[in-house]
Amino acid sequence: MTPLIEFRELSKIYIMGDNEVRAVDGISLTIMRGEFVAIVGQSGSGKSTCMNIIGCLDIPTSGSYILDGHDVSKLDDDELAEIRNRMIGFIFQQYNLLPKLSALGNVELPLVYSGLHKSERRTRAAGALEKVGLQDKMENLPSQLSGGQQQRVSIARALASSPSVILADEPTGALDSKTGKEVIELLKKLHAEGNTVVLITHDNAIASQADRIIRLADGQIIYNGKSDLEVL
Amino acid sequence: MTLLQSFQMAISNILARKVRSLLTMLGIIIGVVAVIVIIGLGNGMESYMVSSFQSMGTDLLTVNIIGRNSERSITVDEMYELAYDNPDYFTMMSPIVNLGVSVKIHTEKMDATSVTGVGEDYGDMKKFTLRSGRGISYMDIKNRHHVAVIGSYIDDIYFGGYAVGESLRINGQLYEIVGVYEQEADEIDEGNADDAVYIPYSLAVKLTPSNTINSYSFGMVSEDYVKESKQIIDAKLYDVYEDEDAYIIISMSELLGIMSSMIDIMITILAAIAGISLVVGGIGIMNIMLVSVSERTREIGIRKALGAKRRHIMRQFVIEAATTSAIGGIIGIILGYALSNVASQIILIALDTEISVNASPSAAFGAFAISAGIGILFGYLPARKAAMLNPIDALRYE
Ligand SMILES: Nc1ncnc2c1ncn2[C@@H]1O[C@H](COP(=O)(O)OP(=O)(O)OP(=O)(O)O)[C@@H](O)[C@H]1O
Ligand SMILES: [Mg+2]
Repeated sequence: MTPLIEFRELSKIYIMGDNEVRAVDGISLTIMRGEFVAIVGQSGSGKSTCMNIIGCLDIPTSGSYILDGHDVSKLDDDELAEIRNRMIGFIFQQYNLLPKLSALGNVELPLVYSGLHKSERRTRAAGALEKVGLQDKMENLPSQLSGGQQQRVSIARALASSPSVILADEPTGALDSKTGKEVIELLKKLHAEGNTVVLITHDNAIASQADRIIRLADGQIIYNGKSDLEVL
Repeated sequence: MTLLQSFQMAISNILARKVRSLLTMLGIIIGVVAVIVIIGLGNGMESYMVSSFQSMGTDLLTVNIIGRNSERSITVDEMYELAYDNPDYFTMMSPIVNLGVSVKIHTEKMDATSVTGVGEDYGDMKKFTLRSGRGISYMDIKNRHHVAVIGSYIDDIYFGGYAVGESLRINGQLYEIVGVYEQEADEIDEGNADDAVYIPYSLAVKLTPSNTINSYSFGMVSEDYVKESKQIIDAKLYDVYEDEDAYIIISMSELLGIMSSMIDIMITILAAIAGISLVVGGIGIMNIMLVSVSERTREIGIRKALGAKRRHIMRQFVIEAATTSAIGGIIGIILGYALSNVASQIILIALDTEISVNASPSAAFGAFAISAGIGILFGYLPARKAAMLNPIDALRYE
């Protein structure tokens, strides 16, 4: 079985004046379909950089990234956009909802770019909102929703296009611990339904909810294994 | 992402910032109004000129003889012959002798009154109609009768409308008034077309210092044959004078053509100057779109993260710019039409002439198309800037 996500000797290097920052430094890793993986590490360890590459928002400086059997490390802007649209569902720390669109409109947005018809978009978006328990808040603007509800809208948006992987970067970072827990429960539920979930967090308690932990330090993997076996 | 969606999005973005959108459009609005009013004014001036030239007779050719140091000069009979020999081109002919003499009625000396010696066809040629009495006849000319036909002004002011049978003096000689022409000018005014006395050219020529006739008017069968008609006269005159500078043949319709094309050039230049404000308006739109792109950087980042391609973002901003500009264009057209009507009224009141500012639909359509085009042109750069944004940087933008 081919992995869904595979990094081979992948590096991302930023040149800042004279010195170079190895944000990701020669990482190799694989994530299989249906896994729930947490990428953890201290601030500046390279988590977001990894996430950007996994999410096809960025391309590596060297090495390769194989997504579902295809090397996507050298694709151009528009090709990456197409892959993001079809295969990646993003959940951001700051929700990143469009303030002028209703919950439904926000969830529909990725489907607009997939070229789906309005009626099809409506049903799918409504279905996704129902799944996160917001069936009676569909017409609300983001400003008319609580933080937890906004994050659930963004989860619905990530789900709507039935992506291959759901990528969550610090999804609980802006929430109190109770609502944060609810969001994590929701992610666990999605995983239980067969979705591949990659969670990025610096919080060990949250990371331990995942099946597997990949711990980064200075752009390198220092632990990769079952979450309950890691010795801290 | 369909065009319709981009368009709806553009409209809602424009409506979301009404004041700003209106200010953005202002340059385009002013430009379109200026173009429409100027072109309308040009149309109005042109039709005013055409109608005033037509009243002077676009089917007339005027021949002026300068005839310096020539051995012989053309005679009146030769000129008449020329007209009669070419009935396909000329309907009639009249000598014209403009006199610099003054007229005396009763004891009053009239300096502004024009005195012209004419042939028997002159009145017909100028399409004058008689109000009373008769015109100058062939016999008057042949026998040098001291008769005069006068314009309505003299009749009204000096004879209370009963001039026929009365008399006036030219150079001390008594002339009997035999006819009065209908009013020609729009107003009753000293020295205008109606303050005129016409006498037989055979008498008038005796009152000139040189005793020669220097001017003739030919009535043409059709103004479509101006060229040919001119050539016939030209051939004859060149035969006599062997010098093409010895005479001038002027046609009103050619003059009208020259004047019209001069007005056209003037209007084109003015419209181009007004068009500059369209360009300035376009730059205004570009400026605001650039602001809008940076304000919406995060939105662009989100859209790109969710799968928007460059062309989607590009289209969204270009359509927004074009829509802004086109709405400005429509407002400009409406205001332009309104202002054209106001301008016509102002001209009528202030200048007392009926030059109507005709806003033409083609100018309106052109202005609309240009403003939409300017939106696309000046929207392109900001749209491109938006489309090229890196999604990561855009998402991080505060
Ligand atoms: N665009 C960039 N230009 C230069 N250096 C960068 C850039 N992005 C990230 N880095 C550097 O790369 C390293 C890894 O950054 P990254 O954002 O991946 O960390 P992180 O693990 O997500 O941290 P945090 O938990 O604080 O979000 C950091 O040292 C950071 O300064
Ligand atoms: Mg980070």
